[in-house]
Amino acid sequence: MDSALFPKGVQRCAMGKFLLGISLASAVLLWGVIGMLLCWIKGLNQTNMNDYYGFALWIWADLAVIALGGGAFFTGLLKYIFGIDELKNIINLAVLIGFICYSSALLILAIDVGQPLRSWFIFWHANVHSMLTEVAFCLSVYFAVLTIEYIPLILENRQLDKVPFIHNLTHNMHHIMAVFAATGAFLSFFHQGSLGGVPGVLFGRPFAFREHILVWPFSFFLFTWSAAAYGPCFTLFINWIIEKASGKQLVKENVKQLLAKISGWMIITYIIAKIVDTVYWATSTAPARGFTLMDFYSNNALYGIWILFAELVLCGVVPGLILISPKLRANQQARLIAIILGVIGVSLNRWVMVLQVMAVPVMPFDTWALYYPSWQEVATTILPVAYGVILVMISYRYLPIFPQEVELNPIEPLSTEAVAEIEGEKETADEASVPEGEPAPA
Amino acid sequence: MVIDLDKCTGCGTCMVACMAENNVPFREDETDKRLSITWMKVYKLTNGKPYPDAEICYLPRPCQHCEGHHTGHSPCVSVCPATATDYDGETGIVSQIYTRCFGCRYCMGACPYHARYFNWWDPVWPGDMEKYLSPNVSPRMRGVVEKCSFCFHRYQLALEKAIMEGRDQLEEQEYQTSCTQACPAGAITFGDLNNPEHKVHQLAQPDPHHHGRPRNPEVFRLLERLHTNPKIYYLSTREWVRRAGDNYVKDESKSAHHE
Repeated sequence: MDSALFPKGVQRCAMGKFLLGISLASAVLLWGVIGMLLCWIKGLNQTNMNDYYGFALWIWADLAVIALGGGAFFTGLLKYIFGIDELKNIINLAVLIGFICYSSALLILAIDVGQPLRSWFIFWHANVHSMLTEVAFCLSVYFAVLTIEYIPLILENRQLDKVPFIHNLTHNMHHIMAVFAATGAFLSFFHQGSLGGVPGVLFGRPFAFREHILVWPFSFFLFTWSAAAYGPCFTLFINWIIEKASGKQLVKENVKQLLAKISGWMIITYIIAKIVDTVYWATSTAPARGFTLMDFYSNNALYGIWILFAELVLCGVVPGLILISPKLRANQQARLIAIILGVIGVSLNRWVMVLQVMAVPVMPFDTWALYYPSWQEVATTILPVAYGVILVMISYRYLPIFPQEVELNPIEPLSTEAVAEIEGEKETADEASVPEGEPAPA
Repeated sequence: MVIDLDKCTGCGTCMVACMAENNVPFREDETDKRLSITWMKVYKLTNGKPYPDAEICYLPRPCQHCEGHHTGHSPCVSVCPATATDYDGETGIVSQIYTRCFGCRYCMGACPYHARYFNWWDPVWPGDMEKYLSPNVSPRMRGVVEKCSFCFHRYQLALEKAIMEGRDQLEEQEYQTSCTQACPAGAITFGDLNNPEHKVHQLAQPDPHHHGRPRNPEVFRLLERLHTNPKIYYLSTREWVRRAGDNYVKDESKSAHHE
């Protein structure tokens, strides 16, 4: 029914099956929208947050999706600045994931603040000393960059591409995309870092506080580094899900292994830096404020030392070692385990740097503050996941996200008329010399 | 402000006076104290020893009006993205601009004293209670953070009066917070820490060369080691009470306090 909208030379599932999938995701989305409206209309009393837990599930979700969406800027950096050309075959997906992650983060922030209509105050009355100000500026601008990067992908839809103006616009946008890739990398360095700075500057919270290099706490650099390291894991993970759902291989093995290898080395170097940071913090920063390491990991029901082990070793060292080993990363099962551990690892790091910070008592006579989210918080956190699923489904169905799909999945020989039609379209495209599926930068 | 913990009986009058003075909203069900707005909150401390050596101390905790390690670098002021909270270099008071706060709650996460409170609900006063609200203090709306202001409206009124009388300095008793005046035990002393004639200065003996650290050995500040440089000084003759005001690694000597 909608086959005229499909990218050339590919097959898609039946409309009914597609709509069924969209409907299921929409039901979840609707649940999230109800939670969102309740929070906006009735206020944040709909959550289980309290005066000890001012930052909770949403801020974790924000930090996590931004870290996971880090694959967009880092893959763009590798492709356009470092010239690793093979990554053109996965960069469209990285951009799409980045767009979903960043738009989700902005939506969650809009729900999270007590007075959403005053959100613009952060720009108007900006406090330049606040890490959150830097986050807001860089995040907003980078989202605009991601939007600009996503637009050519939309315009490459088979039918839109037939319009000469759109065709030429896409062509010209591709030519200037390297500029946006560089801008995106620059902005990402700062907002990923300033998100790390958000807990790192809290000198009233010894669990979060880190020593500084000039005005930046160590966590500033570690957050950027970890987003670059683990972001590609998430890109590979989503790629695996789409391949499983579609039943097709969409990206060649050498491309996946290349990205996995780069991710692996980034994880290993990051985790070494993170361990050094942790040791220094545990032996110098915290004791100077009267805390031992175990003060942060005992006398409560949830946060034991296991969480530090899980973050650093199980979801840090282990996936890093798997991905830097040529033999192991060539093994699809091992690689999958590594990228899943990586995704969990960076999410766990963000959890610890937000929720555990709130939980640890600082005044000696105070107690641990533990919290569980309300259904409204859970629904509004799952909302972006449902939105992401819908956007991925639509994008995959109608846009040339995977340049290698046609080659990897040749379809049955076509009738003479169909071949003639495709030939005709190909000639038109060749005249404008824009190859289909040309990757967008991140 | 200096609070004599040996005098405090934990009666909570300071909390009540503060709520009434500053139009602090409350709800029918206030059982969850982590949702209650208490600009002034009294904590109960124990020395952890069994009877007959058990001792109790009550510690009233208003906003500590931190100056930070350099002027204005309070934990909360430095992080507020919209400059909705500010440090006044003249009075040393950390202000909160309710109409500018957009409720991100970063300041609450930054404050180690939990002195900042979020308005999770719309403020509603039952029956005719609205008629009893102070006209000098604006009630806060849902979705913003609020905290102790050292009864700043009282400072403004006192200053206006002084200016009308041709003075630019306030007498010690002209500007007092409501909690200070309400305390039946006289445990709270309020004044200008920089003025040697004021009692707070004489009690705390702040050392200007060490960020106001008290020179009186019986006086301490909460979480001194975090370098928040607060303006609330606590007085106690009991060693365990003074030690309860900060964190120490096991077996660490009290000298760490003066590192």
